[in-house]
Amino acid sequence: MITLEPLAHPDAPLARRNPVAKLAAALLFAVPLMATLDPVAPAIAIAVELAVLPLFGLHPRELVRRAWPLLAAAGGVLVTLVLFAADRSGRLLLDAGPVVVTSGVLITALGMVLRLFAVALPGVIVFATTDPTDLADALVQNAKAPARFAIGALAAFRLVPLLGQEWQMIAMARRARGVEAGRNPVARLRLFVSTAFTLLVGAIRRGTRLAVAMDARGFDAGVPRTFARRQRFGPADWLLVFGAIAVAGAALTVSVALGTFRPLIG
Amino acid sequence: MKLADISIFKSPANFMINRGCRGPRVGESWVGGEAVGGVRLRGFGWRHAGRRAWAVRGVDLRVERGERVLLLGPSGAGKSTLLAALAGLLPEDSGEQEGTIEVDGLAPHEARDRVGIVFQDPQAQLVMARSGDDVAFGLENRGVPAGEIWPRVDEALSRVGFPYHRDRPTAALSGGEQQRLALAGVLALRPGLLLLDEPTANLDPAGATLVRAAVARAVDTDTTLIVVEHRVAEALPLVDRVVVLEPGGGVRADGPPEAVFAADGDALAAEGVWVPGRDVPPRRAGGPAGEVLLTADRLGQPPRLAATDLTVRAGEALAVLGPNGAGKSTLALLLGGLLKPGTGRLVASPELAGADARTPPHRWRAPALAGRVGSVFQDPEHQFVTSTVFDELALGLRRTGASETMVRDRVDPLLQRLRLTRLAAANPYTLSGGEARRLSVATALATAPRLLICDEPTFGQDRRTWRELVDLFAELRDAGHGLVTVTHDAEFVAAMADRTLTLDRTLALDRPPAPNAPAGPPVAGAATAAPAGTAPAATMGRSVEHR
Repeated sequence: MITLEPLAHPDAPLARRNPVAKLAAALLFAVPLMATLDPVAPAIAIAVELAVLPLFGLHPRELVRRAWPLLAAAGGVLVTLVLFAADRSGRLLLDAGPVVVTSGVLITALGMVLRLFAVALPGVIVFATTDPTDLADALVQNAKAPARFAIGALAAFRLVPLLGQEWQMIAMARRARGVEAGRNPVARLRLFVSTAFTLLVGAIRRGTRLAVAMDARGFDAGVPRTFARRQRFGPADWLLVFGAIAVAGAALTVSVALGTFRPLIG
Repeated sequence: MKLADISIFKSPANFMINRGCRGPRVGESWVGGEAVGGVRLRGFGWRHAGRRAWAVRGVDLRVERGERVLLLGPSGAGKSTLLAALAGLLPEDSGEQEGTIEVDGLAPHEARDRVGIVFQDPQAQLVMARSGDDVAFGLENRGVPAGEIWPRVDEALSRVGFPYHRDRPTAALSGGEQQRLALAGVLALRPGLLLLDEPTANLDPAGATLVRAAVARAVDTDTTLIVVEHRVAEALPLVDRVVVLEPGGGVRADGPPEAVFAADGDALAAEGVWVPGRDVPPRRAGGPAGEVLLTADRLGQPPRLAATDLTVRAGEALAVLGPNGAGKSTLALLLGGLLKPGTGRLVASPELAGADARTPPHRWRAPALAGRVGSVFQDPEHQFVTSTVFDELALGLRRTGASETMVRDRVDPLLQRLRLTRLAAANPYTLSGGEARRLSVATALATAPRLLICDEPTFGQDRRTWRELVDLFAELRDAGHGLVTVTHDAEFVAAMADRTLTLDRTLALDRPPAPNAPAGPPVAGAATAAPAGTAPAATMGRSVEHR
């Protein structure tokens, strides 16, 4: 089940910030961290991210529920590096035929996994604490994004949960017709493709009808839109953005000071 | 001169007298001191790009301000195209136009802010996640000052009798509530011309009644109303004039409803229009029901369907009734062996299942299932898997290893029976609503299943297709097939249901009974069954066997 609703308590001090400010803060916090390959800077970043969770009104359990695909990705990174890393320096920890695990391999893998979390978590936190409508409003009002794009995407977004239900109905309708793939992988692939095609045809039709209905209510009127819901970008929002930059800078500074800093390029 | 200038300068009278803050309405443009408003069509025609046939042609029509018109015609007469044209939703490059069409003396795309339109599918009209935001959407688009938006939203919501706060998520609304919200979103823009394109076709009878009541209450005397509605009898209280489009082009009849139906009623009914007062002869079973095919024992699917007991017999038409949300479609999926039961069990008799009788239907292999139980889905397009009508019907047979000659021998009569022969090579996705419905029924019949389960098979069908379906189902039933139909269609139940099962909405507890709805208190786990034509007896969690 895809959940699109925000999970957080909406009155938490940082969850209440302007969605564009939250998005900008997340980006400005995460991007500098990609500059280094060491584990220290991302570890500091993760510690900060977890420390601000209560300010976003988010329980760690809810974060895990949203972020579990990250755990799976981290496992994948770990296995891949252990098996295929070119750099086999450091102390030998395990030698099982083709699998050679050294301390160098583990440190690289740990750095990768921490980087993954440090960079992805801010985005997860922002989207878990932001109402999609507020985000679209703020993008239009504060970031001057075109309304046709932001509101159009919002309307399309609302139809996403319907796709899951449609998929189930189409799959059942196919079974009713006597069509099933059984264990044959080729037949399975063909069934998947044909189900997806039917889903796509239905989605395009519904999307087209929605677009017509939106234009019938003046979406393409060409007069400047007014805003029923005002989104404000105040000093507290600026503070959040600059705070994010400052903390990211501090994490990198600590990494340099400790001598663990390994630039991505060079 | 731009539209905005016209709006301000050419309707001072209305601006002063009527509502103070209201824009101009249909019928209020003034040229040289003389009113030229309303809807004017002269020899109007439209052909969609890439089509040989004209969707609508040769229409001459005048509708004055404040008139309420029901637009009728057999399917394919171009009713929806005409509404789209009036709403300014046919871009110039999407087809070819003939003649002229004017709203308030303007081309429709210039009069867009005076026209509102409500469509059939609520899901394809709602834009925002919260109800109030959705009503505000149109006002924002038109540049209404922010301070005026929320009072107008609240006013529109109260005009349609919207029962919730404006923060109510649109996803939590029933179909009838969503349509009322869509109507509010249009009314908030204060259109002078309101167009309704089958706004109740997707709704259960209670929801449809509420939407019609909302229209009747919300539309004031100087709003022009043009309605396309399938169920003519229900729409007549809303209108004072009927216009019948001729499928070949032009207007066939135009006038007060009584006069039009007295003159053309028989011809219209024969062409598929639901002319009121023309009943269809009932097609009840001749003999008693045959052996048991399926037995449901406390069968349920929480939270969608409460535990239900019932038996399905050969040679009997069982109608499953109940409001939207009662779990009727879920029951159809369970009986069709398409869904694993959440509670209870479903047992197939050896008569239906042969050697598989000990296995529950949801675990049968798909080809075996298709040979025993045919399911017809609400949306026909979900069921299409091939690229021609002929292949659709041949699919099941070819899977059982039938030779091409045998396939032809079975498919050709089916095509003929359902008037699909001339479409044998057509792509199923290009069929009209009625054709797609006939094809989806035919595909379920092609493998000759003993039991047929249909979800709203007559929904949105014209009278002609409707009668063909009833005749076909009656023949199948009389030939010893079992038939289970989930339906809101009272005429269908009256014409051919031998037994009815009524599901209550038991699990949607946060939904208070809406005003005017004939809803009693929800009874936990209740499913009532009764012989057709009698009032359902209240029985707890039991489906009483009556004939």
